[in-house]
Amino acid sequence: MSYVAIADRDHEQEHHDPQTFITKYVWSQDHKVIAIQYGCTAIFVGLIALGLSAMMRLQLGFPDTFSFINPENYYQFITMHGMIMVIYLLTALFLGGFGNYLIPLMIGSRDMVFPYLNMLSYWVYLLSVLILLASFFVPGGSTGAGWTLYPPQAIMQGTPGIDMGIILMLASLGVFIVAFTMGGLNYVTTVLQARCKGMTLMRMPLSIWGIFMATILGLLAFPALLVSAIMMMLDKTLMTSFFMPAISSMGADPGYTGGSPILFQHLFWFFGHPEVYIVALPAFGIVSDLLSTHARKNIFGYRMMVWAIIAIGGLSFIVWAHHMYVSGMNPYFGFFFATTTLIIAVPTAIKVYNWVLTLWEGNIHLRTPMLFAIGFIFTFIHGGLTGLFLGNVTIDLPLSDTYFVVAHFHMVMGVSPILVVFGAIYHWWPKITGKMYNETLGKWHFWMTFLGTYAIYLPMHYLGFAGVPRRYFAMGNTDFLPESAQDLNAWITVSALFVAATQILFFINVFITLRNGKKADPNPWHANSLEWQTPDTPPRHGNWGHDLPECHRWAYDYSVPGYDDDYIPQNVPANVAPAGRDHGGEH
Amino acid sequence: MEVGLIFLAVILASLIGWMLKQSINTQPWVAENVDEASYQAPFNARPKAVALATLLAVITSFFALLVSAYSLRMELGDWVPLTEPQLLWTNTVVLILASIVFQWTRNAARNGQSQRLRTGMLVTGVLTMAFLVGQYIAWQQLHSSGHFITSNPADAFFFLLTGLHALHILGGMYVWTRATMRVFAGSENIEESIQLSAVYWHFLLVVWLVLFGLLLST
Repeated sequence: MSYVAIADRDHEQEHHDPQTFITKYVWSQDHKVIAIQYGCTAIFVGLIALGLSAMMRLQLGFPDTFSFINPENYYQFITMHGMIMVIYLLTALFLGGFGNYLIPLMIGSRDMVFPYLNMLSYWVYLLSVLILLASFFVPGGSTGAGWTLYPPQAIMQGTPGIDMGIILMLASLGVFIVAFTMGGLNYVTTVLQARCKGMTLMRMPLSIWGIFMATILGLLAFPALLVSAIMMMLDKTLMTSFFMPAISSMGADPGYTGGSPILFQHLFWFFGHPEVYIVALPAFGIVSDLLSTHARKNIFGYRMMVWAIIAIGGLSFIVWAHHMYVSGMNPYFGFFFATTTLIIAVPTAIKVYNWVLTLWEGNIHLRTPMLFAIGFIFTFIHGGLTGLFLGNVTIDLPLSDTYFVVAHFHMVMGVSPILVVFGAIYHWWPKITGKMYNETLGKWHFWMTFLGTYAIYLPMHYLGFAGVPRRYFAMGNTDFLPESAQDLNAWITVSALFVAATQILFFINVFITLRNGKKADPNPWHANSLEWQTPDTPPRHGNWGHDLPECHRWAYDYSVPGYDDDYIPQNVPANVAPAGRDHGGEH
Repeated sequence: MEVGLIFLAVILASLIGWMLKQSINTQPWVAENVDEASYQAPFNARPKAVALATLLAVITSFFALLVSAYSLRMELGDWVPLTEPQLLWTNTVVLILASIVFQWTRNAARNGQSQRLRTGMLVTGVLTMAFLVGQYIAWQQLHSSGHFITSNPADAFFFLLTGLHALHILGGMYVWTRATMRVFAGSENIEESIQLSAVYWHFLLVVWLVLFGLLLST
């Protein structure tokens, strides 16, 4: 099929322009509306998870103070906080939200190739969220097994929520995976099949590369979670013994005949580690575009950036057992996984160097999105370096199950992607809404969030070294912990509540600019990529008016010598360039 | 986990090979106008085929992980092998026949032979349903000889693997039902749908042969 045929198909689509409110904003098949639906739902559950973390911190900072937090609640808060943040917020927001919004616009397509499936993906995702939230209200409450849901304790007496809570959790995960698969098929197929004329793979903005690779990781890794969810569901409901060992519980024999809990850990982490990169790769891609645009420089080492994304994606599948060093594995096995874990630092470091070198001698505009992008470099280096500690078996063994681990993964896959989420929302806000956000509020939001997260997580590393264990409801009178550990814990709680409260600045900004914001320039950042070149802002259904764009260059022609403007959009033909100047800088 | 890793290695190797073709000797920073004559649409621009291929990769990952779990579990000391019912051989032959007939039907669709197309669709459906019924009877036979999903790990895995495979076939039957209704309503442009369905049938046949071989050999 040629372009003409694709264009024909697109015209067909235009005939079905949504007319009523319901088809336009509720049962919408427009990728932009679906992206906003995904985004709002994800941020809504994210706020619930933020509230849960505030409750946990209240208990940890001021034990024996709050009567409404008992040990059972505490474990339920931990579990739901982790699961919501990792899967229902970050995965859904990066791929369902930004993936949906950016892929068609950045590659010059009118929509996803299967708009109906795309719509279905969102509604199934919403169903999974509702099932998850329902588990708060069933008898016994939601599961308190920890976000890893390790058997046997996940379904044994003594863990909260072993009646309906765990069943709803597993069901919700299954439904989420169905939703993700529908979305993922769409993202992959759209990137492969619907790029506009001239948009070769190596001209795609890095945001698309990150989202594309993360989708592939998700499609291959989520089945592992599905397999383990199905098998655990059978263990729970039909009393099979896939994971449940022959065990006695409170003096009684629950009737299991000898399954393997370690098998669950393998399956879970075979999903769980790529999941880290499902969240990180889109963040890597988006941050590259933010840095390049606001530093007015081409991204340093574009091809290496692409290959690093692919290498990280590939390597992420052979490091899973580094989450299981304490499960008693063969030392050679541990050695292998420590090696692969450290190797993954190489492409990651390439990316960090390239981000820093992109900033080098750039014409840096410290607007809100750029602040968040640079903040990401700090938090990501910080969390990445502690990852090198934990990747070694000998260092991991004593540090495992301490606050050090909590600090590490919150820095690297909590704070860092969230900073990118905020940066990206500010960056694309003028395009999504057509309104300009308030720069002052945005900067306050950044500084308080950025400094606040350091106030939370830096002390946590020290507590981890001191041996404060994670997952404990209360420390009690533990001899090896000095009194001051509790003071630091209280400080962390105060900081956490402060950071949680400052997020209100973001929502104030959103509501004020939606109501009274001044009209945004169609391309306020003078960016090159195609989404800024749409005929309407915000883009209308079908994105491009009558003609699809054509792409003549990469997305990084910033500050090309010999031009008046410091940017050349991707759809500007090459022959506009002065003679001998069409090689766009040295690189 | 070896099976899962081998599968992944194959997927990643093909991805990297394809990427090399795209990126070696390209200079992304060089601006160049689109050359209308030499422009190639990405692949042949058949989004449904690409989506199906991606879906098959996902399902392969799913079953590869199940097989990995099976082999990991088998290595533990308390494994009691299960003797599979002989009926599975018959079922396998039926599923192979369904695949062959579907291929024949696909050719009929391509050549525009509408009578053969209708017959072929019906026969495919009947054979596939026969396979599912056969699997169900095999389950009943196991139940009557005292093998239940809770009996021991090998039994549990047998029911799990056959059940999940049957669910995937049922998903295929949903698409088959829609395609057959369209065939009998005489709609045009049915060829791609039938061709892709046939591919899905062959794929599930291969999955079944792998699972059956694994179950037999252990």
